[in-house]
Amino acid sequence: MNRREFCKKSLLIAGGLVVPLSALELFNPERLLAEKNDKSKTRWVFLVDTHKCVGCGFCVKACKTENEVPYDANVTRTWVERYVITNDGKAHIDSPKGARDGFQSAKLDQNHAGMEEIKEEDIAKAFFVPKLCNQCENPPCVQVCPVGATYKTNNGVVLVDRKWCIGCGYCIMGCPYSVRFFHPVYHVAEKCNFCYHRISQGMKTACVDACPFGARQIGNLKDPKDPVTKVIMNERVNVLKDEYGTKPQVFYIGLPREVK
Amino acid sequence: MVHGEFWTIKEFFVYPNEYIYWSIQIVMYPFMTGLVAGAFVLSSLYHVFGVEKLKDIARFSLVFSFALLPTAMMPLLLHLQQPLRGIEVMMTPHFTSAIAAFGIVFSTYGMIVAAEIWFVYRKFFVEAALALREKQNKTTLETLKSKLYPILTLGAWDISEHALEADERAVKRLAAIGIPVACFLHGYAGFIFGSVKANALWMTPLMPVIFICSAVVSGIALCILTYVITMELRKILYARKRKNDPALPTNDELKSVEIHVVTMTCKYLVMFLILAISLEILDLVFRTYTAVKSWDILRAVIYEKDFVKIFIMQYGLGNLVPFILLLSPGLTIRRAILATILVLLGVFMMRWNIVIGGQAFSASFSGFMEYVLPIIPHDMETFKEGLFGALMVIITPFVLFFGLSNIMPVFVNKSDTH
Amino acid sequence: MKSHVWRPLYVALGIIALLLVLRVFLVPNDFGVSEQGYMYGWHRTSNEAEWKKVTVKYKGSEACKECHEKNYNDITSSPHADIGCENCHGPLLNHPEDPEKLSIDRNRELCLRCHLKLSYKTSDRGNLKGINPETHNAGSKCVQCHAPHNPGQLGQKQEVKK
Repeated sequence: MNRREFCKKSLLIAGGLVVPLSALELFNPERLLAEKNDKSKTRWVFLVDTHKCVGCGFCVKACKTENEVPYDANVTRTWVERYVITNDGKAHIDSPKGARDGFQSAKLDQNHAGMEEIKEEDIAKAFFVPKLCNQCENPPCVQVCPVGATYKTNNGVVLVDRKWCIGCGYCIMGCPYSVRFFHPVYHVAEKCNFCYHRISQGMKTACVDACPFGARQIGNLKDPKDPVTKVIMNERVNVLKDEYGTKPQVFYIGLPREVK
Repeated sequence: MVHGEFWTIKEFFVYPNEYIYWSIQIVMYPFMTGLVAGAFVLSSLYHVFGVEKLKDIARFSLVFSFALLPTAMMPLLLHLQQPLRGIEVMMTPHFTSAIAAFGIVFSTYGMIVAAEIWFVYRKFFVEAALALREKQNKTTLETLKSKLYPILTLGAWDISEHALEADERAVKRLAAIGIPVACFLHGYAGFIFGSVKANALWMTPLMPVIFICSAVVSGIALCILTYVITMELRKILYARKRKNDPALPTNDELKSVEIHVVTMTCKYLVMFLILAISLEILDLVFRTYTAVKSWDILRAVIYEKDFVKIFIMQYGLGNLVPFILLLSPGLTIRRAILATILVLLGVFMMRWNIVIGGQAFSASFSGFMEYVLPIIPHDMETFKEGLFGALMVIITPFVLFFGLSNIMPVFVNKSDTH
Repeated sequence: MKSHVWRPLYVALGIIALLLVLRVFLVPNDFGVSEQGYMYGWHRTSNEAEWKKVTVKYKGSEACKECHEKNYNDITSSPHADIGCENCHGPLLNHPEDPEKLSIDRNRELCLRCHLKLSYKTSDRGNLKGINPETHNAGSKCVQCHAPHNPGQLGQKQEVKK
């Protein structure tokens, strides 16, 4: 191969590269990236007080019934984790059936590794942490959906279109909080949507209503008078896994560093 | 039952919704795509760069790449929860997702391969169509073929010297365009995994490059293997047929496996193998050295849970042994076959260790998940995402290849070559 | 462009045209980009209304008050005041039409959700009264001795309805 041929071939290859790349230009970017003018008056956020949670699991029970997630299926839109930190600094965590029935044993359910017993005198601290979808400001699950079957509404809630989802599972993989799963009946991606049917008619979510201890609250971050907004603005709150850049919108009071 | 629950064993703390959602079919997807891309790159080595020694295997690997093509898509459709909605990827693509471009890249690539095959075989299509048109007393198969070939010519009946030269130029150009597209097709299969920030094992910018290199390795390996096997099979088949029809070519006239073709191809295989291993080792060393937050759990998966799968099956049997087999002097066909089988195993295990290994630990970094491959299916799901579903995907390209080789001659007899 | 070399391109263009035609029929009319932009707002806009239509099952304790005022007052003046009716009685839905009767959960497990003794001092759970279910009248229903609507007084045996 001489130099001339080499140049010719290199050009050919470079030209070839352009073909697949130009395929990405199917849409007019101006139309697509329409200015994000934030006119919405609502931004739903959630506030969890980990001190108040006692792990009764009424929230999980109510959520499963309210949102028609089969009660005995081992998936759930919201769940409660129990953390027991022993004196050696080790964290022992469990969430049997997502705490649908609360925590029925002092032993920790380690799945295949059996039930773990921890002596009372070994416990340095222990607490419960409710989890649910963080309705992220930058939801990675929405970014990776190949067909536009999941999206963020103007009030911040991430929804799944059950009629359009192809069930590829990429969103499930893309969520750092593992809140998504396949619905056992509809066979599409499923997730917590802050009980969208309830909050849109002025009600609280089913889990907030079910919680006897006030550990869970929902509020509108755009409303400065909202008690939830006040707490988030004026007190020391934290979020889960902010290192992923997802900007989660579920805030926690008293979130210890052991929480995963 | 919840999707994934059947084949997932959880240990310690795993988030309630975590299961092995991406199972065997997602292992098959990059594996098969890799074979497609690899087979195409091998054929292009001859067409574009004029590696004359690869001439025999080039035509073969081009057709084989075409036969493999549908099987790159098959595992994806089999793993979808709503397979009938698969077309939506083409209808409302969301390009911020790495999967969205699949439909477009895949079809572009498919068209390029199909067009290249058309140019290679156009002369044959025309001649066959003309021959069949004149033939009297056609069998059913021949009647079918006499209808098929005119369609396949796309109405281009000109087979003058001038037209054939144009064909050859087109083949060259398409092969040149095809290489980057094939690499893109596969590299971005790597991007699908590498860009998942929620997964500590997958997220690395090296992923697409590692995928391309191992793709070429596996593609070449499969081509060598299939080339040798089909050549030998042909000899046996012809020997049997010749008893009834002595006019058929004899063993000497049939082109048999030529060791120089195999040696030459194996050289390319070793080259890409070195590249693939270097990148994989670089990735491992980098993770060990930087030891970020996720390293504790990754170390437990890599060095303890999956030790046998990674270091014995993938690196040992799949890389080191074939390396020794191919590089020790005096390569024989038998040794090459063994080496290529092991290379295929190695690449398959690499896909497995990435896809399944990436789901072997909880996103909480506090527990593990183990994948138990469903063997005996008891419903559609355990069939699709079990051993038999995977076998179905593996067998399909060979069935297609058999069908294609009936329409167009993949092998050349000695007297035909010049 | 008269050369036969372009024939495969025509086939390819034909396929693309076919896909574009197919797109007209298969993509819902309201599919588009919302204010959230292409990254987060590429969807079928009518889906949001579909989610709003989901049936509300839990109506809240205030809804119970209308008919069951005595029970409502009993529990709200007891230490169990914060526990919503539907947590034990099940979701109201369209009661009393559908379901005509709510099924009350009287299992020990229901009470153990809070009253299993877990001495977690750093959590409010540590302050709740708790028992060890293995030693505390194992096998009996809690409601045989404790009245859920007035848990303060012991021995006030409640009638257990079937």
